[in-house]
Amino acid sequence: MERSQDGGNLSGVQHIILVLSGKGGVGKSTISTEIALALRHAGKKVGILDVDLCGPSIPRMLNAQSKDVHQCDSGWVPVYVDQEKSISLMSIGFLLEHPDDAVVWRGPKKNALIKQFASDVAWGDLDFLIVDTPPGTSDEHIATVDALRPFNPMGALLVTTPQAVSVGDVRRELTFCKKTGLRVIGIVENMSGYVCPHCTECTNIFSKGGGEELARLSGVPFLGCVPLDPLLSQSLEQGKDFVQEFPNSAAYPAISSIARQILDMASPRS
Amino acid sequence: MADVPINAPQHCPGTGSTEAGKSSACQGCPNQSICASGTMSGPDPAIEEIKEKLSSVKHKILVLSGKGGVGKSTFSAHLAHGLAQDESKEVALLDVDICGPSIPKMMGLEGEQVHQSGSGWSPVYVEDNLAVMSVGFLLSSPDDAVIWRGPKKNGMIKQFLRDVDWGEVDYLIIDTPPGTSDEHLSVVQYLSVAGIDGAVIITTPQEVSLQDVRKEINFCHKVKLPIIGVVENMSGFICPKCKNESQIFPPTTGGAEKMCTDLNVSLLGKVPLDPNIGKSCDTGKSFFSEIPDSPATLSYRTIIQRIQDYCEKKKVTCFS
Ligand SMILES: Nc1ncnc2c1ncn2[C@@H]1O[C@H](COP(=O)(O)OP(=O)(O)OP(=O)(O)O)[C@@H](O)[C@H]1O
Ligand SMILES: Nc1ncnc2c1ncn2[C@@H]1O[C@H](COP(=O)(O)OP(=O)(O)OP(=O)(O)O)[C@@H](O)[C@H]1O
Ligand code: SF4
Ligand SMILES: [Mg+2]
Ligand SMILES: [Mg+2]
Ligand SMILES: [Zn+2]
Repeated sequence: MERSQDGGNLSGVQHIILVLSGKGGVGKSTISTEIALALRHAGKKVGILDVDLCGPSIPRMLNAQSKDVHQCDSGWVPVYVDQEKSISLMSIGFLLEHPDDAVVWRGPKKNALIKQFASDVAWGDLDFLIVDTPPGTSDEHIATVDALRPFNPMGALLVTTPQAVSVGDVRRELTFCKKTGLRVIGIVENMSGYVCPHCTECTNIFSKGGGEELARLSGVPFLGCVPLDPLLSQSLEQGKDFVQEFPNSAAYPAISSIARQILDMASPRS
Repeated sequence: MADVPINAPQHCPGTGSTEAGKSSACQGCPNQSICASGTMSGPDPAIEEIKEKLSSVKHKILVLSGKGGVGKSTFSAHLAHGLAQDESKEVALLDVDICGPSIPKMMGLEGEQVHQSGSGWSPVYVEDNLAVMSVGFLLSSPDDAVIWRGPKKNGMIKQFLRDVDWGEVDYLIIDTPPGTSDEHLSVVQYLSVAGIDGAVIITTPQEVSLQDVRKEINFCHKVKLPIIGVVENMSGFICPKCKNESQIFPPTTGGAEKMCTDLNVSLLGKVPLDPNIGKSCDTGKSFFSEIPDSPATLSYRTIIQRIQDYCEKKKVTCFS
C-alpha cells in the first residue's frame, strides 16, 4: 500500500460529490444510487463511497450485498456492480462478517475507517465519485470532509423532503457546509407529492415546496423535485437499475434532469 | 464484567485491570489513551448521580431505529401526547438527537429556552403534565449547526440525564438519532444503573429499512436492553379521493411482521401513511386532538396501550 501514504488513490478522480442531509431517511442513498446510474448511462465512469457506517444501504440498492472487496498492491479493490466495471463501490457493508452485525463504534474508530476509505481504495480513473453519508453533522461528516479536502471536491448535494421538520435539519446542514468551506451544488426535494395509481389524484403526503423555498431563501441552486414513486422504492429493494427500466415512471424525469445539471456544472472544469 | 466498555474489543482486559490500555487487545481500541492514563479505574461517578436524579422517574422508554427518517421523533412525540392525556400521569420527553433535534418543532416549542434552576435545568412544559427537553432549546438560531464529535455529544447527554429537573415523573420517553452510535452507547451506559424499561423500535415496511433495524435489535441484545416491541410506520397509504390503498414503501421481504417472527420480538402495531401526521408535526400540534378518529390515531392508541401494559407489568430491570 505504498500509494496510500500520499493519498494517490483519489488522484484519478475528476469530480467528488458529497450527498448530505441533516435529516434521516430523506433519500440520500436513493439519490446517490440513482445519480450514479444516470451518470453511468451518460457514459461516465462512476464510483460510490458509502460512509454510512451504522446503516449502509448502497450495497443492497445496487444488488451487490453478497460481494466482497479484495486487497491489491494499491489498497482495497472496490466492488464492481456491472460487467463493464462502469460503477465501482466501497462500503462497510462489504467488510462485515454477518449482514446483521451492528457496527457499534464511537467516533475515533469511525474516523479511522473513513480515513482509510479515502486513502486505501484503488478507484483508478473515475469521472465522478459520489459519497453517500449518514444523517447529521457529526464524526463521519467531519472526517469525510477533512479527508477529501485535499482533492478539492466539486461540492455537496443536499437532499431534503418537503416538510418543515426536514427542512429545518437541512438548514443546519447548510451551516455545516459554510463552516467547512464545502460548496453547495444544489438542493434536491425528494418525496415531493404522490400520484395515486388508481385515480391519479396527487396527494402531498410529506407536504410540498419546502426544499425549493429553502433554496430560494439561502441563495442555493434548486435542482428539482423527485416525487414519491413506488417503482423507485421497489427498484431499490431489488437492486434494479431504475434509470434503465422505468424511463416512463414519475420519478425518472427529475432524476435525469438532476444528473444533467450535474454534468453541465462539471463540464467546464474537466 | 462491568468494566468492559461496550465498544471495547473482544479480549479487553477490563478498564480496572493493571493491563488496561496496555494489553495486546487494546491495540486500536478507541479507549486506549484514556485507559492507559489510569483515569478510568472505577466507573464514571455520573452513573450513580444519574440513578439518584432519576429515582423519581418510574418508567424509562427508549425510542430507537437503525434507519433514519422512519418516524422515531413523530412516534416519541405522539407517545408523549398519548400518555399525557391521562391527567393523573406525569410525562417527560427527552430528545438526545443532538445534530438533528426535531422535538421542539413537533411539540410546538420552537424558540423556547431552558432555564437554570437551583437544582439543574428546568424543562419546557407543553402542558402541566408534559415536560420536554432538547438540545434544540440550547441553540440560538434555527441555522445553528451542532457540529460535534462523539466525546462532546456524550458530555451533553450526561448533562441531560443528570442535570434536568424533571420532578416526579411516570414516564420518561427518550427520542434518539438514527443508528447505533455514540449517543446510543452513552444513553445505555449512563442509564445502566438507573435502569430502562425497554426500547420501542420503529421501522418502515421495506427491506432497506429492516436491514438497519435488525442491526439495532442486535445492538439491544448486545447491551442487554429489553425490547418492548416494534412499530411499523408508514405502512400503506389510503388515497383520500378513491380510498384505494397503495404500498409506497413496499414490504418486499414480509415487512416488520416477518422480521418480528424471525427475531422473536413483538410487533406492537402498524401506523399508515397519513398526510395529516406530517402536517401536525410541522405545526407542532397533537395529531390526536386534530384528527381524533382516523385509522392512524386508532392504531397509535392501541400501540400506546400495549406499551403502558408492558411497563406496568414489568419491574424495572437493571441490566448492567
Ligand atoms: N422518491 C421516492 N419514492 C419512493 N420511495 C423513495 C423515494 N426516495 C426514497 N425512497 C425510499 O425511502 C427510503 C429511504 O430512502 P434512503 O434510504 O435513500 O434515505 P437516506 O436519506 O439514505 O436514509 P438514512 O438517513 O437512513 O441513510 C428507501 O426505502 C427508499 O427506497
Ligand atoms: N405515518 C406517517 N404518515 C405521514 N408522515 C409521517 C408518518 N410518520 C412520520 N411522518 C413524517 O415523516 C417525517 C420523518 O419522521 P421523523 O422525523 O419522526 O423521523 P425520525 O425517525 O425521527 O427521523 P431522524 O432519523 O431524522 O431522527 C416527518 O416529517 C414526519 O412528519
Ligand atoms: S483500551 Fe481499555 S477498553 Fe480498550 S481494550 Fe484496553 S482496557 Fe479494554
Ligand atoms: Mg442512507
Ligand atoms: Mg428524529
Ligand atoms: Zn386514488
